[in-house]
Amino acid sequence: MAGRQLLMTFPVTANSHTLAEYRARGGYTVLENTLHHHTPRDVTQAVADAGLQGRGGAAFPTGRKWSVVVPGDGQPHYLIANADEGEPGTFKDRWILEQAPHLLLEGMLLSAYAIEARNCFIYIRGEFDLPYRRVAAAVEEAYAAGWLGDGIGGTGFGCDIVVYRGAGAYVAGEASGLISSLEGKKSYPRNRPPRLTVRGLYQRPTVVNNVESLSNVTGIVAHGAAAFRAVGTEKSPGTRLFSVSGHVNRPGVYEVELGFPWRKFIDEDCGGVLGGKPLKAVVPGGISSKVMTAAEVETLRLSHEDLWSAGSTLGSGGMIVVAEGTCMVRLLQIMLRFYHHESCGQCTPCRDGTGWMHRILDRIVAGEGRPEDIERLYYIAKYNDGTTICGLGDAAGYAASGMLDKFRDEFEFWIAHKHSRCQGRIECPIS
Amino acid sequence: MKDLIPEFEALRARFPPGFASSLVLPCLRRIQEERGYVADSDIDGLVAHIGVPRIQIEEVLSFYTQFRRRPIGRWHLQVCRNVSCSMRGAETLLEHLQRKLRIAPEETTPDGRCTLSAVECLGSCGTAPAMMVNDRYVENLTIAALDELLEELE
Repeated sequence: MAGRQLLMTFPVTANSHTLAEYRARGGYTVLENTLHHHTPRDVTQAVADAGLQGRGGAAFPTGRKWSVVVPGDGQPHYLIANADEGEPGTFKDRWILEQAPHLLLEGMLLSAYAIEARNCFIYIRGEFDLPYRRVAAAVEEAYAAGWLGDGIGGTGFGCDIVVYRGAGAYVAGEASGLISSLEGKKSYPRNRPPRLTVRGLYQRPTVVNNVESLSNVTGIVAHGAAAFRAVGTEKSPGTRLFSVSGHVNRPGVYEVELGFPWRKFIDEDCGGVLGGKPLKAVVPGGISSKVMTAAEVETLRLSHEDLWSAGSTLGSGGMIVVAEGTCMVRLLQIMLRFYHHESCGQCTPCRDGTGWMHRILDRIVAGEGRPEDIERLYYIAKYNDGTTICGLGDAAGYAASGMLDKFRDEFEFWIAHKHSRCQGRIECPIS
Repeated sequence: MKDLIPEFEALRARFPPGFASSLVLPCLRRIQEERGYVADSDIDGLVAHIGVPRIQIEEVLSFYTQFRRRPIGRWHLQVCRNVSCSMRGAETLLEHLQRKLRIAPEETTPDGRCTLSAVECLGSCGTAPAMMVNDRYVENLTIAALDELLEELE
């Protein structure tokens, strides 16, 4: 086990996701106690003191996000759980949605109490079927048991949750794009300022938090900020859920105490590289985070500060393990096809840049690469960065420049020899 | 669509006042569940029922990948071909399916049985390779499992 755990604290069984079992584990007692004995301000303070960083990808301090919402300003506030999990390589929120939906709901209720939101939403990606059914059933259970609706726990606090299904758009996972989608429109991201906590859903103050972030709130309120800070590192308190995939013996969702040695996690918890092959690289947190080489994985710990200092990020926690012998040119081709497909088309640098980069990679793979292509890719990546409304275009550039920084020789080889140095191989054979 | 109006009204009641526009996505999803796609008459009906501009509905239908404007096969096979699935054999699976069904992605078999799509990340990377068969996820696919599955789809 990769250090201490805060979320995966119970054995998963056929019924462990139900209200009855959640109650048997002490569920909703933190909410009840808080509503009776603590103020909304106490909850916000605990989350701020705990130093909880957003688990969706940006690691923005949750408490600081909440503190922008002004209590008692006479307008409705909204809380949205971002369950639009779509960053390639990421499936960790799916674990919470499927196995611990009431942990999310209790965390949302505490958060809604803190920011004085009567109406909450769970925006869940349209493809997720079982996660939707589990969450929708949990919401119905919570209403029936009086944990949602009016007068929760015999107090004056009321809260409603609507489960809202997306319809297939990566960019809807971006907080402002999500809000556009929840307003029944195409999920175009919006320029900020104003921040969403000032003008969000239907122009009202809105907090959008990742599912895992919200699921941590219950534990923080229950045991206090100090207990949360006692886990993890000083700059990365707590744990993170990592979804591990690719060339690895035991793919799946793991909870890791932040600061845990990266290589040890892959070798011991995840069973090492598939087929006992040497490790070539790891994409740390979804394909929008820059790829790290095996040598870097060897020295780094899984903490925000470690990855940031190495020029990457823990991102969404979507870790993709790459075995020696894999063609990085083909991997980047797939990544760029993805960004090209998902660019919403609103901003020119992203709309044109993602397509341009994708076409260059297709050309290289077709044996028609040109020596200037590598500098061209860097150039496009540079002018995508920070020139668009949301981060999708930036991310496409990070994926490209990350691969080129670390594996430039493979791109030069394909351009010069018109074929891959690794036979274009990306898959482990399936039976 | 008219048959669904009571359902749409129940849905509206779950939202706060002033959220009518939010009904566009869930209503379209529900219409598509019933009809298999969204017809012109559905758009007319929804414009009248929700009171949003027609262009908003047209934009939504063309923006999101899950919405369809015309019928497809009885079974919609959506094979993920993003990074993690490709690393576990998705490209081989997709080629196998194309050969076996004798169609390319985005085509339907002449008997109307299967429509094939190559899609991006389904969030099923730990159980790769994965695909969706209509609304259901099928994971940890192999060629043998795929062949067996095709036998079952009528």
